[in-house]
Amino acid sequence: MSDLGTATSQRVVILGGGVGGTIVANQLARKVGRGPGVEITIVDQTGQHVYQPGFMYIAFGRERAAHLTRPEQSLLDTRVKVVVGEVIRVDETERAVQLADGRQLGYDYLVLATGSRIVPEEIPHFVEEAHHFYTAEAAERLRRALDAFRGGKIVIGIAGMPYKCPPAPLEVSFLIEAELRQRGLRDKSEVHFCSPIGRAFTIETVSDMATPIFDEKGIELHTFFNVEAIDPERRVVQSLEGEELPYDLLILVPPHRGAQFLIDSGLAPAPGGWLPTDRATLQVGGRPNVYALGDATDLPLSKAGSTAHFEAPVVAERIAAALLGREPRAKEANYTGRVMCFFEIGDGRGTLLRFDYNNPPHPPKPNRIWHLGKLAFNKAYWLTVPKGRF
Amino acid sequence: MTMTLEPTARPSAGATVLPAITRTIDARGSYCPGPLMELIRSIRESSVGDVIAVWSTDRGSKIDIPKWVEKAGHRLVALEAREGYDEIVVEKAR
Repeated sequence: MSDLGTATSQRVVILGGGVGGTIVANQLARKVGRGPGVEITIVDQTGQHVYQPGFMYIAFGRERAAHLTRPEQSLLDTRVKVVVGEVIRVDETERAVQLADGRQLGYDYLVLATGSRIVPEEIPHFVEEAHHFYTAEAAERLRRALDAFRGGKIVIGIAGMPYKCPPAPLEVSFLIEAELRQRGLRDKSEVHFCSPIGRAFTIETVSDMATPIFDEKGIELHTFFNVEAIDPERRVVQSLEGEELPYDLLILVPPHRGAQFLIDSGLAPAPGGWLPTDRATLQVGGRPNVYALGDATDLPLSKAGSTAHFEAPVVAERIAAALLGREPRAKEANYTGRVMCFFEIGDGRGTLLRFDYNNPPHPPKPNRIWHLGKLAFNKAYWLTVPKGRF
Repeated sequence: MTMTLEPTARPSAGATVLPAITRTIDARGSYCPGPLMELIRSIRESSVGDVIAVWSTDRGSKIDIPKWVEKAGHRLVALEAREGYDEIVVEKAR
């Protein structure tokens, strides 16, 4: 077993090269400067950074998988090292991360930016019967299913909580309805949206905005319908609340889980694997040198790149302050629950959700500007967000 | 933040002794996905008989959560106004 760190430096090890891990690494490198005393390492399973919000656009033929991936190293400050490998355990006693290939990395500060993983196989028949858009491959498969669709019942639902990007299933419903109209299939089709709660969307103001759009588009809204099971013989989807709906094309948000090694290492409880995280400091379980951000936390917030984006400066500031022997700067040291995301309505319109722990969102009336804003953001992402400059 | 608390006897409300809380979900300031979504997640991960307390600053929760609890066949144990938030206690019944 080899130890990749050196004992003389302070070692910051960041697990995960997604939005959160990448921004923390870049901001931290800038804050600690060029001094010899700090080593920053990102460990990532593939070494590739993936822009996941683009997957949904693949399903609508507006994006290609090849455009959504770049080498992680290309997005990083030159002072940050990338290790490509699969983490299997964190040994807190030894302050070391173990990789599947036998390598071991010692750390003084550990950042858990390990995201979430989808587990469609946890629902029997999901894999054969249902489509989703949470990987590039699945979105391409959904595109092919939509191309082959000639009319019938489309059911869109949510088969697990929490899941990435809470507005995504609504956006997909609106975009599918718009596509069916454009293809002359609307009269031969029904679109059903199953909401897990008692209204269209969790945020009341957004729900009030979205409900008339359901009426206008003729999408049938089923409330309190948490997808629990699929009966492939009868082609019906069943809810936790005891109802069922027939389908011809089924699109479900798959169940999500945190990284398995977090459970195996005693950092996160089973079965979810979400890290117990302080809502302000982002420290994990009261540990002074272990932080979490993004999807990996158990915070009651959207699992979305935007959340990780606004959490990253807090983690970078707190670790930089500790490394430099100063107090964290008050303005940057506590996360306020800030999240901002675009919301597609279809027909070239969109809106924007902005909120924090103390201020609920008040989305503007859907218009073309926010739809174009989302498209522009998708392109500008690579130049702005991972660098931590936006 | 989700806190798992040691099961302890709850203070009595009148003559009724509330069951021990298995887990408390601090969903104060949660707008998306929101307190009810957090409760549904927790119910899915819990065992029958577990008692879950949700803390919410969302004024809609005291209406939404009891409605879902009834529809999903669970048991509403308590709904109390605390300082600046509501505490809604639910037992997983099936």
